[in-house]
Amino acid sequence: MTAMMLAPPLLPPLFQDWFASRGWAPRPHQLALLDHAARGDNVLLISPTGGGKTLAGFLPSLIELAKPHQRAGIHTLYVSPLKALAVDIARNLEAPVAEMNLPITIETRTGDTPHSRRKRQREKPPDILITTPEQLSLLVADAHAAHVLASLKNVILDELHSLVTSKRGVLLSLALTRIEAHAPASRRVGLSATVADPDALRAWLAPHGGASDRAPLVLGNAGAPPHIRILKSVERVPWAGHSSLYAIPEIYAEIGKAKMTLVFVNTRSQAEMVFQSLWNANEDNLPIALHHGSLDVGQRRKVEAAMAAGKLRAVVCTSTLDLGIDWGDVDLVIHVGAPKGSSRLLQRIGRSNHRLDEPSQALLVPSNRFEVLECEAALQAATALAQDTQYPFVLKFDVLAQHILGRACAGPFKPDELFAEVTRAWTYRNLSREDFDACIDFVATGGYALRAYERYAKLKAQPDGSLRLSHPSIAQQYRLNIGTIVEEEMLKVRLASVKKRLGKRLVTGGRVLGELEEWFLSQLAVGDTFLFAGEILRFEGLDEFGALATRSKSSEPAIPSYQGGKFPLSTYLAERVREMLGNPKSWPSLPPQVRDWLSMQRYKSLVPSAQQMLVETFPRGHYHYLVAYPFEGRLAHQTLGMLLTRRLERWGLQPLGFVASEYALVVWTVRDLSLMISAGRLDLDRLFDEDMMGDDLDAWLAESNLMKRTFRNAAIIAGLIERRWPGKEKTGRQVTVNSDLIYDVLRSHEPQHILLRAAWDDAADGLIDAYRLSAMLRRIRGQIVHRALDQVSPLSVPVMLEIGRESIYGEAHDALLAEAADQLIDEAMRLV
Amino acid sequence: MRYSPRPPISSSTRPCGLSRTQRIALGGIDFVPDLSGALYVPEFDTLIVADLHLEKASSIARRGVHLPPYDTRATLAQLAVAIEASNPRRLIFLGDSFHDNDAGSRIAQADVEKLAALLVDREAIWIVGNHDPVPPADLCTRLAGHVLLGSVLLRHAPGPLEPGLHEIAGHLHPAAAVAQRGHSIRCKCFIGDARRLVMPAFGSFTGGLSISAEPFVALFPSGDYAVWMLGSRAVHRFPAKRVY
Repeated sequence: MTAMMLAPPLLPPLFQDWFASRGWAPRPHQLALLDHAARGDNVLLISPTGGGKTLAGFLPSLIELAKPHQRAGIHTLYVSPLKALAVDIARNLEAPVAEMNLPITIETRTGDTPHSRRKRQREKPPDILITTPEQLSLLVADAHAAHVLASLKNVILDELHSLVTSKRGVLLSLALTRIEAHAPASRRVGLSATVADPDALRAWLAPHGGASDRAPLVLGNAGAPPHIRILKSVERVPWAGHSSLYAIPEIYAEIGKAKMTLVFVNTRSQAEMVFQSLWNANEDNLPIALHHGSLDVGQRRKVEAAMAAGKLRAVVCTSTLDLGIDWGDVDLVIHVGAPKGSSRLLQRIGRSNHRLDEPSQALLVPSNRFEVLECEAALQAATALAQDTQYPFVLKFDVLAQHILGRACAGPFKPDELFAEVTRAWTYRNLSREDFDACIDFVATGGYALRAYERYAKLKAQPDGSLRLSHPSIAQQYRLNIGTIVEEEMLKVRLASVKKRLGKRLVTGGRVLGELEEWFLSQLAVGDTFLFAGEILRFEGLDEFGALATRSKSSEPAIPSYQGGKFPLSTYLAERVREMLGNPKSWPSLPPQVRDWLSMQRYKSLVPSAQQMLVETFPRGHYHYLVAYPFEGRLAHQTLGMLLTRRLERWGLQPLGFVASEYALVVWTVRDLSLMISAGRLDLDRLFDEDMMGDDLDAWLAESNLMKRTFRNAAIIAGLIERRWPGKEKTGRQVTVNSDLIYDVLRSHEPQHILLRAAWDDAADGLIDAYRLSAMLRRIRGQIVHRALDQVSPLSVPVMLEIGRESIYGEAHDALLAEAADQLIDEAMRLV
Repeated sequence: MRYSPRPPISSSTRPCGLSRTQRIALGGIDFVPDLSGALYVPEFDTLIVADLHLEKASSIARRGVHLPPYDTRATLAQLAVAIEASNPRRLIFLGDSFHDNDAGSRIAQADVEKLAALLVDREAIWIVGNHDPVPPADLCTRLAGHVLLGSVLLRHAPGPLEPGLHEIAGHLHPAAAVAQRGHSIRCKCFIGDARRLVMPAFGSFTGGLSISAEPFVALFPSGDYAVWMLGSRAVHRFPAKRVY
C-alpha cells in the first residue's frame, strides 16, 4: 500500500515492474515528460547523452499504446537525423516492448526501405514509425497522408539541436506544419543535447501563433563533468599546419593505455593521415580502424560492428561518429586538432563513457601553437559546460519551393491556405506574402519576368483558385529530388587489378573502396599516388563507373589532399582565445614553448588586449606585409582578405596576394606600408571601415566561385536542377546544364530572381561569414593598434608559413592559366 | 559549297575579342580563335561558330524543368560581340544552331529580330546538325551539309577524312582542364592537330566534354594535339600533356 502511494501515479504498474526488473528507477525528466504528455503539451527535453533521453521520449507513447487499441494510423512518429540511428532506435525499442509483451508495432522507414514495405506501411500503418526528415517530407507529400496521419498523437524529434542549424531542419519545420494540419491534436517532443540558447529551440518547436509560443522545457540531470587534458607534448609543437604528426607516438601510447579510444579529427584528409601514421607506429599490432564519410558504406558498417563487439582498440574518425549510436565501450576520446567549438567538443567527448555518473575522459592534441590557445579555451569552456550559440536556420526560399511542390504532390491546394499554414512554422513566421508568391511562381513556371513558360507550368490554376500538379510525372520528379543535402559531386574509387598484355596495361575494376570528390580525382594523372581508405593508392585512370586505383608500394603519397579546417572557429571560442591572449595572468597554464612565444611577441611587438585588433606591418624580401589578427575564423578572414585587397588596389597600393588562417590574415604589396601609414597616406581605420560590406562585397561575391557553389545547391534543393543520378546521364533521360552557366545567364538577365536571393543569403550566412565579418568590423572600430616592425613578428609566423602553401590571389583563373602557360615557355627556353 | 581564298585584308588594328597572340594553322590557312569560342578566318573574311543550341532552355522546359529563358538572348549577345570584333562578310554556323527542329516556334520575336539584324549584309550559311536537321526555314535560308574552305572541310560532326583534306567540326563540345597550384581550371577549348580542329560549343547553355573522353581519344589516337583554352581574358594554348 505504501509502495503504491510512493510510486509515480503516471507510471502504470506494468511499467513500474519493468523498470524494477531492470534495476532502474524512472528518472525525474522521464516522469516530467509523462506529465506534459498528459496535458498534451509540446515539450523540449534537454539532456546529455546517456540520460535515457530516447526512452523518455517514447515512454508516453508506450504507456498509451499498452492499452488495447484499434490500429487506425500512425500513433507516434520518431524523426532521427541519421538513418543508422533510426534502425538502432527501433532495435532498442523492441526490448521493452517484447519484455512487457506490449501490443505495439514498430517499423522504420528510411531511404533504404523497399517500395513494397512502404506500400504496406501506407495500407497498414504501424503504431510507431521511425524515420528521417526527408522521409517525413515524402510521407506528407503523399496523397494518402491524411489517412495515415489522422490519428497521430506524438512526433518525437531527436538530436533537434543538430537538425535546426541546417536546411534539413528548415524542411522538417515545414513538414511539421503539414502534420499539424492533418493531426491538429498531435504534439511535438524535441530531444536535444545541451545548447547555449534553449529558448530558440523552444520557439522552434511550438507552432507559431499557437496557444503558447514556446514549448515548455524539461532538463535532464547533467552528468559528471568531463575530465579533459591537453597533450603536453615533449616534442615541439609546430608553428603551423594541421597534421599533428608530431604527436603520433604520444597518441599511440594513450591508445595503448585505454580500452577503446575514439580519435576525432576535423577533415577526411587528416583522418587518413593520422590513421596512416598510427599504423606506421603500431608495433604492438593494435586493432585500429578508420571511419569517415567517404568510405564505402559496407566498410563503415564493418568498423561499427567491430567496435560494438569490442574487437577494436581505436577508431580514427570524423564527424561521421559525432552523433548517434553507442558503439561499444569507449573510455577515451582523443581530439586531434582544435575542436573549433565548445559544443562540438562536448558532443564528441560525450561519445566516451555513456554512464552519466562517471566523468568522460578526453585528450586534446593541438596541431600548432595557435591551436594550443584554442584547445586551452575549449577546455575551459567545456569544463564550464559552456556552449557555442548556434542559431536555427530560418526562411530558406529554396526549401520552401521544395515544400510547395511536395504540397502539390499531395493534392490541389489554395495558396492562401498554404501561406497561413507555412507561417505557422517558427522558421517562416516572418515570410512575406510577396516572397511566398514568388516561390509559388518559381515552382509553377520558374518565376521569370519573361513569362516564357506558362504553357509548360508545373502547377495549373483551377477554377476555384486552387493549384494542382499539371502532370503526375512531376510527383515522380519531386520524389527523386527530395532533401536538402547536396553532396559534392562524388566518384566511386575502385581497387583495380592490372594485367600486362602485349606490352599494354589492362586495368579492370574490382571492389569499391569509397567515394572521392570529383574535383580531387580530376586533378590526378595516371601514376600519381594519394592517400585513401587508409592506404596509399596509385591512380590508374577513370572509367565509366568512376576512378580506378591500385595499391602502391611508395611510402609517401605524392598528392596531398590538403583541406583547411572544415569547421570555422566558433565566435564563442574566438572570444575566449582573445581574452586569454590579452590576459598574461592566464599564460602560466600554457605550455612553456607557447608561453615563450607570447612573451617574445610582447617584447618584439605587442600582444593585443581582448578588445583590440593588432595590425603589424613589416618588410620581408622584396615585399611589404600587413598582418591583422581578428580571430574570426578562416572563412571570415578570407572574405576580409578579398575586400581588403580590392580596396588597397583601388587606393593604388598594389596588393599582390593574401592568405587567411583561422586567426590572422596577411596581405602583401610592393609598396612600403609602414611608411604609407606613418605618412598618413594609409588610414587603417578607413581600410577596415565597415562600408566595405556594401558594393565591394556584392561585386566580389557575384563573381566568386563560392557563389556559384551556393547557387548550385539552392537550385538543386529548389528543384531547378535535377540531382544527378549515376547511370542516367548515359541514357540521356537526364539533361544536365551546368549550374555555373545558368548562374551567369540568370545573373545578367534577372539579378533579383528568387533563387539568386536564396543563394546570396546562404553565401552571406555560411560560406563567407559576412554577418560575422561585419560584426567584427563593428567591434574593432576605434580599437585598431598598429605596430610598424623591422621584421616578422613571432605571432605572425604561423600565418606567414601558410603563404605558398595555398597562395592565390582572388579567383584569378586567367592569371593561373597564364602562369601555367609561362612555365611551359620557361621550360622550353631553359638551356639544359 | 566551295570557296576560294581572297586576297588577305590589310588591317592594322585587331578587334579585341580575337586572340592577339594565338593562330591556329590548318591546311595552309590561318585561323584566329575568338574569346567567345568563335573562329575567324581572315583569308576568307569568315566567322565560324559551332553549337549555338538556341532555345535549349525552352526545349528542356517542356519537361517541366524551367531553366532561365534567357539563353537565346545571351547567346545572340555573345554572337554580336564576336561579329563586332571581326566584322566578317560571311558567317558559317557549324550545326546544332538550334536545340531542336521546333525551336523556330518557340523563339521570341525580339530574338528573331536581333538575329536578323546581326546577319544584315552578311552571307550566312547554316550547316545542319544532329539537333537541327531541319532548322527553322524562315531564319535559315542557306542550308548546307558541309562547306569547303580551300582544303578545309567544315562540317558538324568530325568523321573519317580523305587524304589531303583537313577538317573543322563542332558537335563534341570540347573542354579542357589545367591543374595549377592545387587549383583545377576548366574551360571550353578548341582541340586540334595538323589535320583537324574541333570547336568549342558557342551556346550559353552548352557545357563541355572533357578532352580525355573517348571521342577525343578516337579522334586524336596519337595523343599529339594542342588545345586553346578560352579564359575570361585571353585564349591560352597548351600541349596535350599539360591538360586533361
